[in-house]
Amino acid sequence: MCQAEEEYSDELGSAHVPSVSKKCVKCKEATAAVVIRAGDVYCRACFKEYYIHKFRATLGKNRVIFPGEKVLLAVSGGPSSCSMLHQVQEGLSQSVHKKLRFLPGIVYIDEGGAVGRSVEERLRTMAELQAVFKATGFQFYIVPLEEVLDLPGSVVVSALAPPERANSTYKAEVDHFMHSNCSTRSAPQDQDHEALPEVQESATQMLQQLMLSAKTLTARQNLLNTLRQHLLVHMARTRGYSKLMLGDSRTRLAVKLLTSLSLGRGAQLAQDTGFSDSRYGDIISVRPMRDHSAKEVFYYNHLFHVTFLFIPSLDTKQMTDKASVQRLTESFVTKLQEEFPSTVSTIYRTSEKLQTAGRCSSTGDQCERCLLCLCTLDTAVDDASAFQATLISEQLSQTAWPRVDRSKVAKHQGKPESTSFTAQYCSAKAGAQDCGGCCSFAKEPEPMDLRSLLCYSCQLTIRDMSSIEHLPPYILSEAQRRHRRCEMREEISEFLLDSGKDD
Amino acid sequence: MAAPLAIHLEFGGGAELLFSGVKEHHVTLPSQSEPWDVKQLLVWIQRNLLKERPELFVQGDSVRPGILVLINDADWELMGQLDYKLQDQDNVVFISTLHGG
Ligand SMILES: [Zn+2]
Ligand SMILES: [Zn+2]
Repeated sequence: MCQAEEEYSDELGSAHVPSVSKKCVKCKEATAAVVIRAGDVYCRACFKEYYIHKFRATLGKNRVIFPGEKVLLAVSGGPSSCSMLHQVQEGLSQSVHKKLRFLPGIVYIDEGGAVGRSVEERLRTMAELQAVFKATGFQFYIVPLEEVLDLPGSVVVSALAPPERANSTYKAEVDHFMHSNCSTRSAPQDQDHEALPEVQESATQMLQQLMLSAKTLTARQNLLNTLRQHLLVHMARTRGYSKLMLGDSRTRLAVKLLTSLSLGRGAQLAQDTGFSDSRYGDIISVRPMRDHSAKEVFYYNHLFHVTFLFIPSLDTKQMTDKASVQRLTESFVTKLQEEFPSTVSTIYRTSEKLQTAGRCSSTGDQCERCLLCLCTLDTAVDDASAFQATLISEQLSQTAWPRVDRSKVAKHQGKPESTSFTAQYCSAKAGAQDCGGCCSFAKEPEPMDLRSLLCYSCQLTIRDMSSIEHLPPYILSEAQRRHRRCEMREEISEFLLDSGKDD
Repeated sequence: MAAPLAIHLEFGGGAELLFSGVKEHHVTLPSQSEPWDVKQLLVWIQRNLLKERPELFVQGDSVRPGILVLINDADWELMGQLDYKLQDQDNVVFISTLHGG
C-alpha cells in the first residue's frame, strides 16, 4: 500500500524513494542488492561473505592444496580468473586461523598472436595486467603464447605423480604449518618485472600459420586451448609449482561440459570439468571457482571493484552464435540460465557425478595417452562407439587425413631434408596397413599419421586441419618418438615373455 | 510533464564495444509527459547511442540474455526491471557476461 503511494508521488516528480526495498534473506536487515536465485536475495555485505565462503569451502573440502605448497594461478585477465586472484589476495590477508596457507604465483598467457591482435594492443593489455599483478606482491609471469613453439617434448608426457599424501598427513601438515610459519610471504621476486616480454615477429607468424591451418573455428578453439594448457603446465613445472589454479566459473564449466559432449569428449568429461585434474601427473589443476555462476562473478567484480579486462578471443569478430560449437553452446546455456535457472546447476552437478572407470592409471604406458590432451586413450573401445561410426563414414567418404612428411619434422629439428614427396600423395585410407603398402615401395620415410596417438575428440580436431606440419616441433617430435617406440615394441614383441598379447 | 533526467550509463564486460568502446556515458533524457522507465531507456539507447549490431544488446523490448543490469548498484530484478521508473542522477550499468571467464 505504502509502495503504491510512493510510486504515485514519483510520478508527480517529487520524492526520491527507492521503488522496491526487499530485505536480505541472510541478515534480514539490510536492503537486498543481488538476486542469486529466485527468492535468494542478499545484501551487499552478505553477498560478499557468501562469495568468499564459497571459494574457501570449495578449496577446503577438496583438500588438495597443502600448506606451503606453491600454486600457480592462471589469470587470463577475464572476469572469473581476476575474481579468483582477488579471492586469493583476500584469503592471504586474513587472520592466522582463516588464512589461506599456500604460496601463490600468477601466470598470464598472452594469446594475442593467435587471435590476430596488433603488437600495440598486446602491449597495452600486458601493461594493464602487469599493474594489477604488481599490486598483489605475488611472483608473476607474463608469457606470450608464441613460447609454446619452443617447448620440450616432455610437456606432452604425463610425469609421475608425487607420492600420495594421505588425508591424515594433511592435518599434520596444517598443524605443523600453523606453528612454524605464520607469516608467509610470497617468494622473493627473481624476475625483472618492468620488462614486458618481446615477441619475435617470425614466431607470431608461425603461430598464425598454425591457427590458420585449422579450417573451422571449433577446431581452432580446441587447438588454442590445447596449446595454452601445455604452456601452463610447462610454466608450472619449470618454475617449481605443483598446482595450477584455473578460474573456470560454473557457467563456463556448464558450457564446457556440453561442448565436450558434442565434440566427442565424453570419456574425458570428469577431468575436463571436475574440481581437480591430474592427467599431467605431477601438476594438478584445480578449479576453485566452479561453484560461482557467471552472474555472481560479474556482480562481485562490479560491487567490489575487481579489475578485469575484456580480451578479444578467436571468435570476437565473428559475432554470430553459430560460429562454432563452443559459441553455440554458450548462447544456449545463457538462454537456459535466463529462462530455466535451475537447469544450469543441474548440468553442472552432473559433472560432479561423472567418474571415469579405473582404466586410467597415472603410471600408465605413454603410448596409451592422447598426444594432445593427455587423457587416457578412448579409441580402443567397443564396435558401437561414435569413434567406430566416424571411422566407417570416413572410409566411405574417403576423407583426406592431414599428414606430415617425416622429413619435414626432421627439418624442423634442424636435420638435413630428404627429398620425399611420396608421403604427401599417399592418400589417407583407413588403417596404417594400407598406407604402409602404398608408400613403402621406396625406402623413404613413411608419412606420419597422428591418429593412433590421439583420443577420439582430438582426432576430430586434427581432421579439421589442412595440414599438421605447422604443429609445434615438440608435438611432432614426441609423436615420432611414440611411433618409433611402438614399432620397436612390435619388432621385439615375440621375444618378450609377457607381451600382453596372449589370447 | 516530467523534467529532463540526467542519468549515468555504464557498459562493461565487452558490451562497451557496441558503444564505440566508451564505457561511461552521461546522458540527459528529454522531458516527456510520462515518467521514463527502463523499457523506454532501452529504446532511447538504441536510437541515440547504439552504433552497431543492436541484436547483440537488445532482444524484443528487453536486454539480450547474458546482459546483467544494475540500477544504483542493485540487481534490476529487485527494482522492477523494465518497469522501473528512472530518477534524476540514477546510475544504470549494463554488463555483458558472454565470453567471460
Ligand atoms: Zn544481509
Ligand atoms: Zn585428446
